[in-house]
Amino acid sequence: MAAASLRATPLNSVHRALGAKLVDFGGWEMPVQYSGIVDEHQAVRTGVGLFDVSHMGEIEIRGSEAQTLADFVTTNHVAKLQIGQAQYAGLLYSHGGFADDILIHKLASDHYFLCVNATNQQKDFEHIRALNRFDARVDLTSDHYAQLAIQGPQARATLQKLTPVELSRIRYYWFIDTTLDGSPARIAHTGYTGEDGYEIYVAPEVAERIWNRVLDAGEEFSIKPCGLGARNTLRLEARMALYGHEIDASISPWEAGLDWIVKLDKGDFAGREALVEQKHKGVRRQLVGFEMRGRGIARDGYEVWLDGAPAGWVTSGSPSPTLNKSIGLCYLPAGAAGIGRTIQILVRSQLVDAVTVETPFYRRAR
Amino acid sequence: MSIYPKNFRYTREHEWVRVDGNTVTIGITDHAQQELGDIVFVDLPKTGTRVEQGGTLGSVESVKAVSDVYAPVSGEVIEINQALATAPEKLNADPHGEAWLVKMRLSATKELERLLSAADYQAYIGAEK
Repeated sequence: MAAASLRATPLNSVHRALGAKLVDFGGWEMPVQYSGIVDEHQAVRTGVGLFDVSHMGEIEIRGSEAQTLADFVTTNHVAKLQIGQAQYAGLLYSHGGFADDILIHKLASDHYFLCVNATNQQKDFEHIRALNRFDARVDLTSDHYAQLAIQGPQARATLQKLTPVELSRIRYYWFIDTTLDGSPARIAHTGYTGEDGYEIYVAPEVAERIWNRVLDAGEEFSIKPCGLGARNTLRLEARMALYGHEIDASISPWEAGLDWIVKLDKGDFAGREALVEQKHKGVRRQLVGFEMRGRGIARDGYEVWLDGAPAGWVTSGSPSPTLNKSIGLCYLPAGAAGIGRTIQILVRSQLVDAVTVETPFYRRAR
Repeated sequence: MSIYPKNFRYTREHEWVRVDGNTVTIGITDHAQQELGDIVFVDLPKTGTRVEQGGTLGSVESVKAVSDVYAPVSGEVIEINQALATAPEKLNADPHGEAWLVKMRLSATKELERLLSAADYQAYIGAEK
């Protein structure tokens, strides 16, 4: 039984009724699986899956200098966003390590909406406020939103039944404020699965009704409620970073292979100086994907060996339900992080061969 | 009605034991496979391996997690279930039957007394929840 101190999303009783296995995920009681991780994973790859991700945090920046603050605290280029557009970015400390990775949405020229990691939200809020020397206001508004993710090739057909907006007109990484089943909703064409899909933000009071309507709408596509277990295997196959694993305060965007979210030429921002210096000097380690060759599964935190000595660590490792292989991501010394290299993973006191491979492990057909 | 056979003995680490003379068959319980979810990998000892009661016998891995299997009794491993190497998912389908893990030659019958009956095991997992 969960401790009383665990936080619950507005859908907690729905998960219980569906027979979900609930776990403590960074202080939230969250469903890790319903029918099974592999079953849910396949539903998203071939049909459609529905996730409760209401534990994610929301932070809003408003004011005449909202964009200036947003650009100062993130690595990507907020000034380039149009109203209705979203962007993936890093939130860095001055030393260049990640405070978080976030999605930033431009609602208006003076209003930005940030989706941040659940366990980081309070820290992010304080971090942004501490850097705010502009005419801007920062609010932590997580309690105003429930967030659902509808992901998979049939996500659009499912969601289209519930909204008057023509979803095919929302391009990837754009969003729209509209209605879902008659209730106000923000529908973003974003996701964390490597599949097409949407992330929607609604009021907590309507979350249960919307959840059930989405399940009804997806019935013809055999929609499945999906837990954090499948969310993890899906994002790993797509090589999407998970805070606390691929990225954290000790890791820079260069090391994590997230160069594309860093815009050094946009002007000053938190962490820029450290990133410039690191780029000049070169990074010490780099994130690289691998596949197991020998029998065994690499798990998060396992040692990676090169030429008979420990050289790095596994950030995420799992059997891949789509590829039927055991895969993972690991940090290796920068000079050794090439593709096609034989490495060894220390799996429960035994060294097992693996080989570094190109990522993402899975890329959807378009 | 119970899915836990009355003629098995159980451990608090969720293994079961079926005694047949001085040979025991060992597996993991239905509760264990449910908790693990989709099982994708089973690591078992070589035949001839001697294990003490409570020692590590092998491991079972699901998509999500890895779990040690402990020896419910001391003895020598005399047979392992080869089928699980290529079909670990059988552990989800039939943990008390087809998907047994190992057979051991029992070295101390007395150790069986420390194990739980089906009723006690069910009470135990009921309380654990």
